[in-house]
Amino acid sequence: MNIVVLAKQVPDTRNVGPDAMTPEGTVNRSALPAIFNPEDLNALEQALRLKEQNPGTTVTVLTMGPDRAAEVVKEAMYRGADGGYLLTDRAFAGADTLATSYALSTAIRHFAPNVDLIIGGRQAIDGDTAQVGPQVAEKLGLNQITYTEEILSCDGKTIRVVRHIDGGVETVETALPCVLTVNGSAAPCRPRNAKRVMAYKKAEVPHLTCADVEADLNQCGLAGSPTKVKHVENIVFKAKESKQLTGSDEDINGLIQELLASHTIG
Amino acid sequence: MANYYNDNEKIKFEVGQNALMQRIVALKERDFADKGQYDYAPEDYEDAMDSYNRVLDIVGEVTADVVAPNAEAVDAEGPHCEGGRVRYAEKTAENLDVMTKAGMNGMTMPRRYGGLNLPVTVYTAANEIVSAGDASFENIWSLQDCIETLYCFGNEEQRQKYIPRVCAGETMSMDLTEPDAGSDLQSVMLKATYDEENKCWRLNGSKRFITNGDSDIHLVLARSEAGTRDGRGLSMFIYDKRDGGVDVRRIENKLGIHGSPTCELVYKNAKCELCGDRKLGLIKYVMSLMNGARLGIAAQSVGLSQAAYNEAVAYAQDRKQFGKAIIEFPAVREMIGNIQARLDAGRALLYETARYVDIYKALEDISRERKLEAEERAELKRFSRLADAFTPLAKGMNSEYANQNGYDCIQVHGGSGFMLEYACQRIYRDARITSIYEGTTQLQTVAAIRYVTNGFYAQVMEEMMTETSAAAQYAAQVERLKAMTEKYNTVTAAVREKENQEVLDFAARHLYEMAADIIMSHLMLQHAAKAPELFEQSMNHFLDMAEAEVAKHSVLVSRLIG
Repeated sequence: MNIVVLAKQVPDTRNVGPDAMTPEGTVNRSALPAIFNPEDLNALEQALRLKEQNPGTTVTVLTMGPDRAAEVVKEAMYRGADGGYLLTDRAFAGADTLATSYALSTAIRHFAPNVDLIIGGRQAIDGDTAQVGPQVAEKLGLNQITYTEEILSCDGKTIRVVRHIDGGVETVETALPCVLTVNGSAAPCRPRNAKRVMAYKKAEVPHLTCADVEADLNQCGLAGSPTKVKHVENIVFKAKESKQLTGSDEDINGLIQELLASHTIG
Repeated sequence: MANYYNDNEKIKFEVGQNALMQRIVALKERDFADKGQYDYAPEDYEDAMDSYNRVLDIVGEVTADVVAPNAEAVDAEGPHCEGGRVRYAEKTAENLDVMTKAGMNGMTMPRRYGGLNLPVTVYTAANEIVSAGDASFENIWSLQDCIETLYCFGNEEQRQKYIPRVCAGETMSMDLTEPDAGSDLQSVMLKATYDEENKCWRLNGSKRFITNGDSDIHLVLARSEAGTRDGRGLSMFIYDKRDGGVDVRRIENKLGIHGSPTCELVYKNAKCELCGDRKLGLIKYVMSLMNGARLGIAAQSVGLSQAAYNEAVAYAQDRKQFGKAIIEFPAVREMIGNIQARLDAGRALLYETARYVDIYKALEDISRERKLEAEERAELKRFSRLADAFTPLAKGMNSEYANQNGYDCIQVHGGSGFMLEYACQRIYRDARITSIYEGTTQLQTVAAIRYVTNGFYAQVMEEMMTETSAAAQYAAQVERLKAMTEKYNTVTAAVREKENQEVLDFAARHLYEMAADIIMSHLMLQHAAKAPELFEQSMNHFLDMAEAEVAKHSVLVSRLIG
């Protein structure tokens, strides 16, 4: 099988210090360590398990970002991936999810036209959109299974997957090729392997540019991004005074009046 | 994210900042002969050191992410004995699985057998790190170093058969102890007989207190020479669990290291292979096995001391009494200072020993490939003597320190420390075995005492003084160290003059500790001179302690002599 794992390098928003935000309210990337997006690691683990079960399978990682994002590809190789590509070009800068998924799908068409399975994390911890995986599926015209918890079986033609949905799980099956997005609650990724780290620490990650993948410049980066940020506001959460209510009719009526007056309900 | 290696500048200093590492890498890598042949072999010294750093970074991460968080559950569940087999606690099995996936097996073995070819020094750091996360797991995982003995004394066929399996994650055990043969291994009675019909050896009898007794590959000490009663009738055998014939009768219920299965084993005509030559089992192979294991326990002890330090500091900073954090009180600070000083000095001794072991082992290994040059032979002799003299010091002192540090760690916690909900009680219980197994502290003294009486430690101290006294900023400390050495020389001379074995036996522990205290003081001064920001404080604290200890022992020995 030919598996592509989508991975993103993100600022570690789980370990936020006092200087994590600039005074303007944007993310201060230099103050946050760049890490492998956590749910993409869960996705990688699913891919590596399939590789173990199906000899001859290759796992290729694709990431988009600046030069340093190549670390994500190497990190994946340390854990068991066969190789990968860094999609990098000034023309890709400023991409929203639509332009990102366009660039990724174009790249996949270019280097993996016979892909069987594309696996990514559910969402990235910086944007939290959960849109890129589904959009890649749409652009490539593939089936998609979101919220994957576990792959039950995959014979190279069909795949059976347990999805985590509201209030329970469901088991679904689809034909390959397809796209999966994986939850953070799925199996954690295996660690970096000592021999692989020593072997690949000097590996060069091949770069793919806009021209390499023959992408349409109008659909890339800022030009291809319909999302426009109108305004960013820096919000400081503050606790409010609390009010104690009993279950009496009087208290409940008072509360309803108050909520109606503030347009919270009604 | 936490990392038990990356967050610890002192371990990094021990591995990365020592002049001997250059020699160790050159010997271990045979001038980088594996380059080009194995994709993970280093090209030069810097490349090798960078690889060591990266490997330890993985160990530190796995320990922080998996091993340490699992420790409490491992301690609570412990292993199970089912149908003659051991089933590890669920989280122990998870730890083993993750360590195997991280490739942390057969770490010191040559690449041609699938090993990582790491120096003992680097493996020692890994040991220490894992132990700080869970000493009971370290116990199982670190038994991989039994393979060193098979590598040294087994034949090529056995090497090819077993080493790759250990590198792939199979576990090991060393089956030595029996009900009537603990410290006195000469009394081992497990019977090994040659089965003429099937052309193989067979084991019959029982063993007890066998750590990880249901392992995949056992090294077994057994009596191959019928009718003998001493150590010369014992040989070493390899038992492969795939062949069957050894069952676990029960698992001991212990005070500490609950995650580590301590087994009683029954051998029922179990097929096995002779390892090395007959009759050399105890006198040669087990001695080698033991020296490796003792270094391992020294590392385990340092890991426990680090854990005790971490827990004590965290609690003392958090806990408030009389309106301030208890770390602000001198009485508490002193305890933490004591833990820190014993930890740093013991660690310095541990790595000094590991480096000596590295050099002599690498040279010994080279001597199996080619004849050593005269210079190399002298180097081998020197370092193998240093390793032999330092190993009992590192094991004995660090295991006693781990106990003292565990005790102080609970004391810092006050009443809460006595409750089972804090990690300090587990550290305290786990530390207790370190001064007992692989030779009690009393037996470490026996192993070390000849280096007191033959003047070798005194010679080492003198040699160390050249480097130590070069630190002009510590002239006052050096003078005190000279006075301590003077005391040591005086009492050892007095004991020697007595020519009375009983007096020597009684004085032995005192002389042993004096030697260790002085050697560790040297190491701490040398460390502080190189990295004052890391070691100056604990060097001064340790020197105070060591000076007082040396004075105490000197008085006690003088009384013994009368």
